[in-house]
Amino acid sequence: MGYSKDQLLARLKELQIEFSQYEHPVVLTVEAQAKYVGNTGGFLSKNLFLKDKKHRYYVVSALVDTKVDLKVLSQRLGLGKGGLRMAPEEALGEILQVPLGCVTPFAVVNESARHVSLLLDQGFKSQDCCIFHPLSNDMSISLNSQGLDKFLKSIGRNPSYIDLEANPPVGKDQPPDLATFVPSDSPVLSDLPEKTPSSQDSTGKSVGAATNSAAVTAKAVKPSGNAQIVKEKPVDSVRPSIPAADAGKFVEELLDRASALLLSEISEDSIKQHGVQLGEVANNIKKCIGEDLKNLATIFKNTAYTEGFHAGTRYQPKRL
Amino acid sequence: MEKIEDKNQQQEEEQVVNPWEVSAKEGGKIDYDKLIDKFGCQRLDQSFVDRVQRLTSRPPHVFLRRGVFFAHRDFNDILDAYERGEKFYLYTGRGPSSEALHLGHLIPFMFTKYLQDAFKVPLVIQLTDDEKCMWKNLSVEESQRLARENAKDIIACGFDISKTFIFSDFDYVGGAFYKNMVKVAKCVTYNKVVGIFGFTGEDHIGKVSFPPVQAVPSFPSSFPHLFSGKDNLRCLIPCAIDQDPYFRMTRDVAPRIGYHKPALIESLFFPALQGETGKMSASDPNSAIYVTDSAKDIKLKVNKHAFTGGQESIEKHRQYGANLEVDIPIKYLNFFLEDDAELEHIKKEYGAGRMLTGEVKKRLTEVLTELVERHRRARAAVTDVMVDAFMAVRPLPNMFD
Repeated sequence: MGYSKDQLLARLKELQIEFSQYEHPVVLTVEAQAKYVGNTGGFLSKNLFLKDKKHRYYVVSALVDTKVDLKVLSQRLGLGKGGLRMAPEEALGEILQVPLGCVTPFAVVNESARHVSLLLDQGFKSQDCCIFHPLSNDMSISLNSQGLDKFLKSIGRNPSYIDLEANPPVGKDQPPDLATFVPSDSPVLSDLPEKTPSSQDSTGKSVGAATNSAAVTAKAVKPSGNAQIVKEKPVDSVRPSIPAADAGKFVEELLDRASALLLSEISEDSIKQHGVQLGEVANNIKKCIGEDLKNLATIFKNTAYTEGFHAGTRYQPKRL
Repeated sequence: MEKIEDKNQQQEEEQVVNPWEVSAKEGGKIDYDKLIDKFGCQRLDQSFVDRVQRLTSRPPHVFLRRGVFFAHRDFNDILDAYERGEKFYLYTGRGPSSEALHLGHLIPFMFTKYLQDAFKVPLVIQLTDDEKCMWKNLSVEESQRLARENAKDIIACGFDISKTFIFSDFDYVGGAFYKNMVKVAKCVTYNKVVGIFGFTGEDHIGKVSFPPVQAVPSFPSSFPHLFSGKDNLRCLIPCAIDQDPYFRMTRDVAPRIGYHKPALIESLFFPALQGETGKMSASDPNSAIYVTDSAKDIKLKVNKHAFTGGQESIEKHRQYGANLEVDIPIKYLNFFLEDDAELEHIKKEYGAGRMLTGEVKKRLTEVLTELVERHRRARAAVTDVMVDAFMAVRPLPNMFD
């Protein structure tokens, strides 16, 4: 069952986030909402629940006056020109667990929305009172962006605001600037022994902020390269196919490859050709995968060295 | 360190080859013989390849066997010294102008990895983020970010971390490195640098003072944490031939400041998919195979965009055979198909018209897909901490093991 309005309000109070609440009849549109809370001095928000062709979801929350062009957004996310659509109604209930007309940034509190990417209008930052639905259409709450941030951080989300009206060019040398906002495909990511320190949470990181490569390499898991998408997560992160510095896994991988090749080489033909002495076959195998195995070994070595390096930078010298 | 496609200084009737522009004569191919003549470097002939095989006790790299690395300066001195038991170190680099690396970018790194393994020598890799910041007008942060991203692809080529130091100019310039930069700068007049690189009065002073940055990694004293006490250590620089001007300048200066001249081993340019006369352009994703391309992308690019020397119809093809001179799949196979015998066979059959273009393309797609896959898997294993480790200013005690 999704988070309820009351639970949310209680949580906001717990976190000591200042907000005002306004009850009103159920509203399904911004216009209707404006009738009741339009003159409270706050700024209404419009909230879109979007989905891309790979079934990844996005909540775009913006001031009503901010122009949001889905085509531009789609390109900036690296999804090509027509990559974004409005999400179907069922998804609203299933993923965001809110009723129709109630899309709100607060919906990402739900577990089911863990992988929904949240794009917030930087316009919110300059207004003291921004109005959102608190998971239900019969109420609106107004708070400032710091309050929203505090809440998002409390649920493990890193809030970041973007200029939704910007239309930067996207090409090979200009990667899609919002590519970090694309959620990773696999829903079980955070459970995995992920080697990259840049963790796999699917929230957007501050685009304009620190250009730490960790933030940049985060999430674009697009197995088939669209030529416009310059940055791509190299491998299916569900199962790292290279054993890290785990000697057992490493040796298993080597043996797997060697035996696969061995079995394929020992065919009727080769037995006929070489007789029972399959030394030739062994040589072939060495030639074919020698390089491959050496590469694997180098990766293993580099990973082990890196672990040592990491430990070395943090070790506490012996007390004399 | 990579060539920038700028449209300036196009001389009529002559090819242009410098670090920022590479173009052949109108509609033709690069004349490498003329280039060797003009630059004054030597051809790398078969005797070198054999000698390398003897000295390293392993088959020479496919790029050597196929003449991809075809020119050199003083490579024989390096080999002579090596035979006497004197080691050397390798120096190569990349100008991180874009995140997308294509196969052409990987070539010097693939070869350098082979050299590191075969000769068991250390390697320094320079990421010229400052150069790209200046020439491509990137912000400092962006060029640094690109440098780190490119470092991951470079690491994925399989360098041994216990023998490799990667550095970015923004991070590393200073100290002993900078002292050498000043020493070099003092030996090169403004007129000289204009003559070599073609700077004009409109170019900003950043550009004019950049060349020493790319020159001094050739001197071991630039890396006191690695080579202190080894001032006599020689340097070998694998690079594409358009980088030659930087190192001509360096070689000119070296004896004047008491250092060995660096040796060079130079490669051909990697042709664009559309053919030798086409340019590989970062803004045209179909002009090259990128390391992020999927198997599907590669198949599509090879099938749709590779320029072939096959005839227009099957009958004509069977009669006349393919034009191997301009055929891109054959050229690419020349770079990447390991098996000499198989390549010979394909060339023979295709040239005679018995093999069709489709088959050649299919084989190429297989080879490239395997290459890109292997790279992708290796890339996935590169973490940010690993990049930090490669780039840490640390001693490499086992660098000659």
